[in-house]
Amino acid sequence: MSPHAFRVIQPGLHTTVQDLGRVGSQRLGIPVSGALDSLALRAANVVVGNAQNTAGLEIAVLGPVLEVETSSVRVAVAGDGARLTVQHTDGSSREVAALESIRLIQGDRLRVTASTGGSVAYLAIEGGLALPPFLGSLATYVRGGFGGLEGRALAAGDALTLVRGEVDSRQELRLPGFDLAPVSEIRVILGPQDDYFSATAIRDFLSMPYTVTQDADRMGLRLEGAKLEHAKGYNIVSDGIAPGSIQVPGSGQPIVLLSDRQTTGGYPKIATVASADLAALGRVRPGMVLRFRSVTVADAQAARRSLEARMANLAGALVAVRPEGPDLERLYDANLVSGVAHAHDQDTWRHHP
Amino acid sequence: MVDRAVSDQVIALADAIEAKAIPGIVELVPTFRSLMIHYDPLRVDAADLKAAVEPLLGGKGAVSHRARLFTLPVAYGSDFGPDLAEVAERTGHSQDDVVRLHTAVTYHVYTLGFLPGYPYMGDGPEELSLPRRESPRLRVPMGSVCIAFRQAGVYSLESPGGWHLLGRTPVRLFDTRRENAVLLAPGDKIRFEPVSHDSYASLAEAAAAGHLDIRPTGVPS
Repeated sequence: MSPHAFRVIQPGLHTTVQDLGRVGSQRLGIPVSGALDSLALRAANVVVGNAQNTAGLEIAVLGPVLEVETSSVRVAVAGDGARLTVQHTDGSSREVAALESIRLIQGDRLRVTASTGGSVAYLAIEGGLALPPFLGSLATYVRGGFGGLEGRALAAGDALTLVRGEVDSRQELRLPGFDLAPVSEIRVILGPQDDYFSATAIRDFLSMPYTVTQDADRMGLRLEGAKLEHAKGYNIVSDGIAPGSIQVPGSGQPIVLLSDRQTTGGYPKIATVASADLAALGRVRPGMVLRFRSVTVADAQAARRSLEARMANLAGALVAVRPEGPDLERLYDANLVSGVAHAHDQDTWRHHP
Repeated sequence: MVDRAVSDQVIALADAIEAKAIPGIVELVPTFRSLMIHYDPLRVDAADLKAAVEPLLGGKGAVSHRARLFTLPVAYGSDFGPDLAEVAERTGHSQDDVVRLHTAVTYHVYTLGFLPGYPYMGDGPEELSLPRRESPRLRVPMGSVCIAFRQAGVYSLESPGGWHLLGRTPVRLFDTRRENAVLLAPGDKIRFEPVSHDSYASLAEAAAAGHLDIRPTGVPS
């Protein structure tokens, strides 16, 4: 038994270590990577008392099962509809909602039920993971075989070494009202190569629905919708790619580039997603419909600043988790106040006075 | 479209911006004929950043003082360069002539991209200029030395690829075990030097063990 570790019992479909990305090496062809839904990872970190850029686990579709092989550890999960199921050694188990911390002890098993609304969920661990950074980051880039745990997704039997082998018993916390639902309206700044498209293409891009296809991964989302006509061909001399660049190859179907995007590319880019909307885009699932709305650079900057002002104060929004009995705030969250019972939350229902 | 003088200007601009240490700039990515500036909108306003960078434009395009010359050993032909014979045939040269032409040029690293540490280089001899292969290979081995049109490259990792493979270098352009995982930088100069398949094998062994130390052989004039 290795000390200070989580043992991976089941790895889940594609679980990787991610932080907020490997910035500073793009000129060497090294992609930034990092969490697809950076807001979810940051919020989960706040709940366990970490700095927001601490690396955690990014969980896609099917979550992992982990066993605690250290004396104690504190975790929280984030993601639209994500939750934890904890199985204790005495056979009892309990469910923990998203954005709520819990302290686990040796022998406990933790199953992450991945997000039911979005495509990704995150597990934050108090203190973080004891892994060697590569170029200043723990973000896993599987294509290049570096970052995270040996540059790959988790596998059964892996030991995930933790920075902290034990954590204090203290009041557990939760973050109410932090919405991680996917959004369908995405703000974009036109360009840098919007002049490569016909006026009709620009109009269609900003007014028609685009569906996320099955071809969606950490590198980007292939969309399907009205074909975007190029006005000057579809080859440019390769240039730099921003997070959220929307490139349009010869097919006329846009591709939104996400965390594992290449650093340079040779297709014209019709628009770039406003940075304030990147995390929301990182959590969309195949089949969802997106609409793009054009904003100015000044608007995009203002949106990002207001988002970051809120993120900077996230710790102030934490509330205590009540250990026993009904929790009025949670009942309100569960919509009982409007007379609609939350059918999935059996405990809340039972404890309702 | 792709021009070395423009590339020198791009790299010189990157150097000038870096020297000014303008607050809010996250990183710079020099490409063939443009410089990507990634900035933090919380620390600097786009308009202010533009105003700070604009005076630095139109530099004389002096070759970057950091330019280094690397000489990469290459085993040409056979399994190392499965397209050497075809390139020779299609361009009307002997295989030896292709190697001679390919090694006669000092290449310029325009930009890195496609793969971590992959150099887009130019400008190769006009005599060897061919469009990309019609059907890309699914697996091109790491170290493959390749050409397309007048561009040249070296696969820094195994990857799919559609360029013509002339040979293979044992030098790892990307190796996470090294302090500088990426060997090359935009603006560097590269020469290729033919080596026997035997010396390739011993160099490759050293590279696999992490002992192959490739240093710049001098700064080109």
